Amino acid sequence: MVSKWLEWLPLMWEGLLITLQVTFLSAIVALIIAGAAGLCRISRLKWLRGLSYTYMLLFRGISLLVLLFWVYFVLPFLGIELSKMAAAVLAIGLNYGAFGAEIVRSSILAVPKGQWEAAQALNFTSAQRMIRVVFPQALIRMLPPMNNLMIELLKATSLIYFITLTDLTYQAMILRSLYLPQTAQIFGLLLILYFIIASVISLLARLLERKLTAGRM
Amino acid sequence: MDTATKEEPAFTGSVSKPHQGKPAASAVPVVSYRDVKKSYGDLEVLHGIDLDIAAGEKVALIGPSGSGKTTLGRMLMTLEEPTSGVIEVEGEPLWQMERNGKLVRANEHHLHRMRSKIGMVFQHFNLFPHMKVLRNVTEAPRKVLGLDKEEAHDRAVEMLRKVGLEDKLDVYPSKLSGGQKQRVAIARALVMRPKIMVFDEVTSALDPELVGEVLAVIKEIAEEGEMAMMLITHEMDFARDVADRVIFGADGRIVESGPPQELFGQPKSDRLKSFLSRFV
Repeated sequence: MVSKWLEWLPLMWEGLLITLQVTFLSAIVALIIAGAAGLCRISRLKWLRGLSYTYMLLFRGISLLVLLFWVYFVLPFLGIELSKMAAAVLAIGLNYGAFGAEIVRSSILAVPKGQWEAAQALNFTSAQRMIRVVFPQALIRMLPPMNNLMIELLKATSLIYFITLTDLTYQAMILRSLYLPQTAQIFGLLLILYFIIASVISLLARLLERKLTAGRM
Repeated sequence: MDTATKEEPAFTGSVSKPHQGKPAASAVPVVSYRDVKKSYGDLEVLHGIDLDIAAGEKVALIGPSGSGKTTLGRMLMTLEEPTSGVIEVEGEPLWQMERNGKLVRANEHHLHRMRSKIGMVFQHFNLFPHMKVLRNVTEAPRKVLGLDKEEAHDRAVEMLRKVGLEDKLDVYPSKLSGGQKQRVAIARALVMRPKIMVFDEVTSALDPELVGEVLAVIKEIAEEGEMAMMLITHEMDFARDVADRVIFGADGRIVESGPPQELFGQPKSDRLKSFLSRFV
């Protein structure tokens, strides 16, 4: 029995690395897009607001799996050929960035108006008001919902199995076909591994939150 | 339009309590409202205000809630734009600027330049909760005035000493009492060295026992003299004590205006009489 577990480990380890890589890269893409689109949503410029609103509406509303298929299978017909990894990161980043943008927007708007006014009374420029006064406070509000979103994102990476990226889920499916009687154990291991990564994400978010709020709540 | 202000068109602060050594108000007023109106939708809340504040003058604005006192201060701090009329700061329009010989709506650049002369302390302090006390006070001198670290630090510490909080430099605002928070907010505004400072009901959000410490600090600053003050307040004793001139406003108009002993001693209008009777 133990020997079987040992046989699974190398494959699961490979899959784990791919899952971590896709999660990390698409989380970065999603956070950058969320920040940019969230800020654009409250911009003074109407066209920027319109653009980011359209993006949000569009990418929140389409299935991630279909988006993944589009990026990987359809774009080549338009002359854009992406590697599996790039396609996965782009699709997941675009999808989760749209949800994140709403978190960024609402967190900024939740900072009391008095903070903007005090910053203005001290004659900070509008960029300084945002960067020095409002955003640092909004960031703390963003953390818990962003933590949730990143866990969602991690779990969504299992969809890249469908464009044959050899992630955790993919490797588990391979193993299952080799060790059919142990299906329960293999998928049990899969569950546990996702759970552990999700817990690590939560832990990081909580540490960051503690660091940002240290001494002042 | 407001009859009381027409009778006495030029309040220029040459009132009975000049702060020592100041030349009488021969110069341009630091702030001048000219027929300033403010509406929210169809509701006009200020019906044409005319008011001059001389350099260094301390003016108290009293009156019932909803009389537009706070709006008057917020328009000066550029937080709200007048619907019509002109506010001049040291002779220069605040909300308008000259372009090709015409007055046009001020852009952010103009407002930024004008704001350097104006400061404000808010009812709800609005300290920056993510910065310690010292940084609340040094941030604007460093990033707005461009002072270097030591200079900003020295100025900030000097101001925090003035408000009696030099032992709280390294503390987050959440650890302070309301009175202490407001004193930090005063130091934070003072450190920018404005020509006029708006104090917008700065004790209204405080527990009664904390009001005194804040008023004492403001009184001390007032006695130093050089900065003009617009004191929007419900503290009548304080207004009497600190102000060179008291203005009573109601329903978006200035009803009565004069030196404190006159205004509190022999109120002319029924409106002011009934308002003051509530404080006896």
